[in-house]
Amino acid sequence: MIRVVLPYHLRTLARVDGEVRLELGGPATLAALIDALEARYPHLRGTVRDPFTGRRRPFLRFFACQEDLSHQPLEALLPEAVSSGAEPLLIVAAVAGG
Amino acid sequence: MSRVRVLAGTRKGAFILTADGSRRDWDISGPHFGGWEIYHLKGSPAEPNRIYASQSSGWVGQLIQRSDDGGRSWGAVGNEFAYDGETATHQWYDGTPHPFEFKRVWHLEPAPSDPDTIYAGVEDAALFRSTDGGLTWQELGGLRRQGSSARWQPGAGGLCLHTVLLDPRQDRISVAISAAGAFRSDDGGSTWRPINRGLRSDFLPAPEAEIGHCVHRLAAHPARPQTLYMQKHWDVMRSDDAGESWYEVSGNLPVDFGFVIEVHAHEPETIYVVPIKSDSEHYPPDGALRVWRSRTGGHEWEPLSSGLPQSNCYVNVLREAMAVDSLEPCGIYFGTTGGQVYASRDGGDHWEAIVRDLPPVLSVEVQTLP
Repeated sequence: MIRVVLPYHLRTLARVDGEVRLELGGPATLAALIDALEARYPHLRGTVRDPFTGRRRPFLRFFACQEDLSHQPLEALLPEAVSSGAEPLLIVAAVAGG
Repeated sequence: MSRVRVLAGTRKGAFILTADGSRRDWDISGPHFGGWEIYHLKGSPAEPNRIYASQSSGWVGQLIQRSDDGGRSWGAVGNEFAYDGETATHQWYDGTPHPFEFKRVWHLEPAPSDPDTIYAGVEDAALFRSTDGGLTWQELGGLRRQGSSARWQPGAGGLCLHTVLLDPRQDRISVAISAAGAFRSDDGGSTWRPINRGLRSDFLPAPEAEIGHCVHRLAAHPARPQTLYMQKHWDVMRSDDAGESWYEVSGNLPVDFGFVIEVHAHEPETIYVVPIKSDSEHYPPDGALRVWRSRTGGHEWEPLSSGLPQSNCYVNVLREAMAVDSLEPCGIYFGTTGGQVYASRDGGDHWEAIVRDLPPVLSVEVQTLP
């Protein structure tokens, strides 16, 4: 079980409070995590990554275990602490004014 | 008694204002989708409680929301706008080729007789259609394949398709793109051609070129689809032959720059614009907000200022932000970047703010309900 913390607008879109908990069938990668997130919450399809390029939305970041995972390939394995559920994966929206 | 529902899209959410036919006391609900940019909302003429909304964010992209109960509850529908065919390019600001990339939906146009059919005008400029209530979208790719799209160039607001006029009696669709011009299909969207003859834009190397005009808005009266009105970047234009040729009707307007243009619900020759000082300033002349009305289909205009701020007013009125109801007398509505929605119950003679201090208003649509 993987724990995911969504940014505010994605929580309201998915109509969830607090953390999201996901079960991944295979290897615990960011790609598999986003697949599971979109399957569980179809309203989030295309919001974390562009549906056509598959790229992370540039104003969203993936943080875990005090590391920035945003630039690692989506197919790379997540840290053990995330895949075991000990630590959440944080999807963080860039701060901005206005 | 009839009711009126005003759908206001803003930079930070959607607001729905409702009143009975007297249009005096307004109930305001919202923000719906608080914090999100709502470029446009529009109800289905065939099923007025079905409302579609374009919800977008610079962080997480585009969503389409649909309500089937008049805006009380909403559900996201499809948001995959895949361009048809091979990757094509348009002209970038520096003149180099740039691939078409989907950015957002500017305009939603439900079909008159089928609540499940809806058109979406998007940036980068293309026209999409859904026939399943917004669940899936298909591009009407003939528009971008008609031969000129490699020369389309974005205006400062982006390469957006922002106006969709449907004339189902003739299977006709007319659209406008900033800054490419107007285009028309006479076969339901399969094939297209530019309809820009008579337009003149001095910012172009060839001012009367077929392509490159920054059309801000088109309007037509449903009973007179051959007559099109246009607020171009500069110039208010008119066509009496569905866009085959255009002529200028700016007449005595104090300035012919602006964004909105709208037609009275019962008088096809009565039209409204909101002159804006210039493309460098984007606020009303003399700090005085005035709607100008022509009862002669252009050329002769009169200012309407009763109830509108006549000093220290520096708001803009964006291209989607004017609409009319179909009551008698006709109601006229417009929203400002200062967050006011103004309404007139008497065809424009008198105005009042039916809400103020909203986020900047991007769009206003009006539904007249039984």
